Amino acid sequence: MRPRLSHAPSARWLPILLFALWLLVPLMPGVPSFWLTLANYAGIASVIAIGLVVLTGYGGMTSFAQATFMGFGAYATALLTTAYGVSPWLALPASLLASGVAALLIGAITLRLSGHYLALGTLAWAVSFYYVFGNLDLFGRNDGISGIPPLHFGAYALTSSRDYFWVVWTCVAVALVLTRNLLDSRPGRAIRALRGGAGAAVSFGVDLPRTRLLAFTYAAVLAGLAGWLYAHMQRSVNPTPFGLNASIEYLLMAVVGGAGALPGALLGAGLVTVVNDQLQDILPRLFGPRGNYETIVFGALLVLVLQTSPEGLWPHVRSWFRLPGGSNRRSIPDAPALPARPLPAPGAPVLQASHLRKTFGGLVAVNDLALHLDAGEIVGLIGPNGAGKSTTFNLLTGVARPTAGSMRFLGRDLAGCTPPRAACLGIARSFQHVKLVPGMSVLENVALGAHLRGLAGALRALLRLDRAEEAGLLAEAARQLDRVGLAEHADRPADSLALGQQRVVEIARALCLDPVLLLLDEPAAGLRHAEKAELAALLRRLRGEGVTILLVEHDMDFVMNLTDRLVVMEFGTLLAEGTAAEIRGNPAVIEAYLGSVA
Amino acid sequence: MDADIALILLQDGIVNGSIYALLALSLVLVFAVTRVIFIPQGEFVAYGALTYAALQEGRLPGSVWLLCGLGAAAALAGLVQQRHFLRAPAVLRLLAETLALPGAVLLAALWMAPRKLGVLPDALLTLAIVTPMAPYLYRLAFQPLAEASVLTLLIAAVGVHLALLGLGLVFFGPEGYRAVGFSDARVAVGPLVIPGQAFWIVGSTVALMAALYAFFGFTLAGKALRATAVNRLGARLVGIATSLSGRIAFVLAGGIGALSGVLIAPLTTVYYDSGFLIGLKGFVAAIIGGLVSYPAAALAAVLVGCVESFSSFYVSAFKEVIVFTVIIPVLLWRSLRSTGADEHE
Repeated sequence: MRPRLSHAPSARWLPILLFALWLLVPLMPGVPSFWLTLANYAGIASVIAIGLVVLTGYGGMTSFAQATFMGFGAYATALLTTAYGVSPWLALPASLLASGVAALLIGAITLRLSGHYLALGTLAWAVSFYYVFGNLDLFGRNDGISGIPPLHFGAYALTSSRDYFWVVWTCVAVALVLTRNLLDSRPGRAIRALRGGAGAAVSFGVDLPRTRLLAFTYAAVLAGLAGWLYAHMQRSVNPTPFGLNASIEYLLMAVVGGAGALPGALLGAGLVTVVNDQLQDILPRLFGPRGNYETIVFGALLVLVLQTSPEGLWPHVRSWFRLPGGSNRRSIPDAPALPARPLPAPGAPVLQASHLRKTFGGLVAVNDLALHLDAGEIVGLIGPNGAGKSTTFNLLTGVARPTAGSMRFLGRDLAGCTPPRAACLGIARSFQHVKLVPGMSVLENVALGAHLRGLAGALRALLRLDRAEEAGLLAEAARQLDRVGLAEHADRPADSLALGQQRVVEIARALCLDPVLLLLDEPAAGLRHAEKAELAALLRRLRGEGVTILLVEHDMDFVMNLTDRLVVMEFGTLLAEGTAAEIRGNPAVIEAYLGSVA
Repeated sequence: MDADIALILLQDGIVNGSIYALLALSLVLVFAVTRVIFIPQGEFVAYGALTYAALQEGRLPGSVWLLCGLGAAAALAGLVQQRHFLRAPAVLRLLAETLALPGAVLLAALWMAPRKLGVLPDALLTLAIVTPMAPYLYRLAFQPLAEASVLTLLIAAVGVHLALLGLGLVFFGPEGYRAVGFSDARVAVGPLVIPGQAFWIVGSTVALMAALYAFFGFTLAGKALRATAVNRLGARLVGIATSLSGRIAFVLAGGIGALSGVLIAPLTTVYYDSGFLIGLKGFVAAIIGGLVSYPAAALAAVLVGCVESFSSFYVSAFKEVIVFTVIIPVLLWRSLRSTGADEHE
C-alpha cells in the first residue's frame, strides 16, 4: 500500500511553534511577574487536566480524587526535601512513585466499581485522605510542611516566577508528548476502547481491569508531577489544596475545556485559572468582601457547560479556527506482515458442542444444543427472533457461561472460557449491535482486533519504543480494511460511517485477530445489494483460505447461497440441520417461520 | 470502656443516624426517580438549620432572598424551556409556582420573623422557605439534562453543590449558629439521660418514614413516582409527566433536607458549609443501601451514626476517615455481586 499524505506541515508544526513562542513570553519586556505566576498555576493545573483527559475523556472514568494524588506527590517531596535533605530533583521520582503506588493500591480496590459508583468511591477517598493529611504529625497536621527548598541548578535557585515558568511549561510539554504517545499505541487503543467499546475490546483480548488501572495510575502519576511542581513553587504544603474542592475544580477544567481532546485540558486549565483569579478580584468589589463568589460562578458554569456543550469548549475553538482535529490523518506505514497462525486442515473438527444449555431463571435460552463445525466451512445459524442464536454466540465466545454442556475447540475444552481466552484461541466475532469506539478512526478500531498480536505495554508506548511493532499492527489493520473494501475510510471516525459499513468494519477487526473461527452476527444487515455480494465473495475467499465461519443472518437469499450447511434453532432447541435445499423443504422449518397451514 | 459510655455512644449514634437516615431516604428517592445523585442535599440541611436559627433570634433569614432569586431564575428558565408552546394556564401555573409562592413566603417571613412566634411556627416557616428551592434547582440545572448519563448528572450535582456553598456564605455569613431545641425535657433511663430533642429527632424520622411509605403505597402521585423510578419511558407512555415526577421528588428532598436542618440545629453549631459532610454521611448510608432500598438505607444510616460516634470516642481525629472508608468495602461487595456490566452509559 502506498503511504498516504500525512499531516499538512502547518498543522504538524503549529503546536511546536506556538509552544516555542509561549516559552519566549517571560523574556518580553514588561510582562508582570504576577501574570507569570498565574501561568505557572495554569500549567500545573494543565498537567492534572491532561491526566483527566486520559482517565475521563478517553477512559470514561470520573475521579474526584485527582487533587488527592497531587497531594501524595507534594507531601512526598516536601517530606524528603525538608526532613531528609534530599535534592528536589531526586525527590521527583519519589513523588511520581508515591502517587503512582497510591493509585495502584486505591485503584486495585476501587476500580471494580463502574460508572457513578467509581466516582463516588473516589469522592470517599478524597474526603478520607484530606483528613489523613490534616491529622498526621508526620505531615505537620493542618499547618502542613513549610521551608521546602526551591528547585536549583547547581547554586542557582529557581525562585522567580519567570524561571519557574520554564520548568512548569517544560513539564506540561513533556506530559503532552508522553500522553499523545500513550494514546497513539496498542495500550492507548485499549484505554480509548474503555469508553463505549469495552464489550468489544474484551472480545479481542484486552484485559479490562488492567487497562482501567493503567489509565487511573497514569492520571495519578501526572497529578503527582503536578504536586511536585506545586510544592517547590509554593515552598510549603498544607491539606487545603489537595481537598475535594480542588479535585472538583480540576474536573471542572477538564469538562469546560473538553475532556475529549488534549488541547481541551490546556484550554480548560488556562480558562478556569484566569477566570478564577479575575473573579476573586472583581466580584468582591461588586458585592462586598463577604463570600466566595467565584465558587457560585464556577458551579453555575459547570452546569451550564454540561447543558449547552457537553463536549466542552475545545470543539468550538477548533471549528472557529478551522483547526484539523478529531481523527488524525496519518500515513500507514509499510511493514512486513504479522506472523499468521496455522489453520487446521480442511475438514478437521474445529468446534464441537454437545448438550449445550443456558437458562436465565426459568427461561431456557439454549436447550441441549449440539453443534459441530469443521475447518473451512461456512455454517449458517438461523431461526426466528428469540431462538437463542445470539446467546449461542455468547456461549461460544465466553461472554456467557453455559449452565450445562461441553464445548471443545480444536481439541481444547472451553469450560470456564473467558472472552480474552476465546480470542487467544482464535475465535473472533462481530456483534449484532455494532460495538465500535465512536471517536476513534476506522483504522484504529480495526487495529484493536490485532491487540493480541502485539506485546507493547505502556512504558514502551510512552517512550515510542513500540514503533516497529505498532507499524506492523497498523499495516495489518490497513490490509484487512483494504480486504473488506473500506480502505478509503481508514481515517474517518468510526461513528461517521453508515451502519452497514460499520458492520463490515467489525468484520475487518475480527480478521485482524487472525481467526481460526469467525462468528458473524447479522453481517449483511443494512448492506445494499452490491455490498452483500461483495461480502459473500469475501467470506467465500476466507473459506478458501481455511477459515471456519459461523454466521447468524436473517437475509435468506444471502444465507442460502453462501453457506455449506444450515443449523436452524427455535426456542433454544435445534430444529433442523442440513444443506440449504434440505432446510428449504423441511416442514418443521416452514412451520417455524410461516406458521402451520391449519 | 464501660457499659455506660457505650450506651451514651450508642444513643449518640442512633440520634445522628436518624438524621442520616432521613437524608439517605431522600437521596435514594431522588436517585430512583431522576437518576441524580443529589450531592447538594447537605446544603439544604445547612440552609434549614441556619434559617431556623435566624428565625429564633427574630432576624429575617437571608435565605428568603435566595428563595426569591432562585424562583425568579426558575421562572425565566421555565419560560425559555416552554417558549415554543406557551399556553396561558401553563404559564400561570409556572409563575404561581416560581414567583407568587416565594412572594407569599417573603411576606409571611417579613411578618413572622420579628415576632418570634415560637418553635413550631419557626420550623414550619423554615420548611416553607427552604423546600421550594429544590424544585427550582431541578428546573434550572437537572431538567435540561434529564436524558444525560448518571455520571453527567453527578458532575452537574457537584456544580450545584459548589454554587449553593458559595450562596450559603453570601446569604448566611461565615458565623455558626446553634438553635434552641424543641424540648428541654430530659428523661432518665437507667444510667442514660436522654434529652427531649433526641425523641423529637428519632420520632420525626420514624413518622416521616411512615408518611413516605403511605405516600408511595397509597397515593396516585406516589405511585407515579414509583413508576418513574422503575421505567422512565414506560411511565411516560402511560401518561406520567416525568419532569413533574422529578419536581415532586425534589420537593420531598428539599423538605427532608430542611427538616433535618431544623432537627440538627439544636444539637450542634451549624455553619454555611457544615451541610456537606452531614449530607455525605447520608450518602454513605444510601450507597450501602445500594441507592435502591429504603429500609436498607435507613438501617445503614444508623450504622453510620454508630460508627461515627464510636470512632470519635476512640480516634477522634480520624473519625471522618473511618466513616468514609466504611463505604469502600460495601462498594466493593456490590460491584463483585453485580454482573460484569462494564459498558458505560
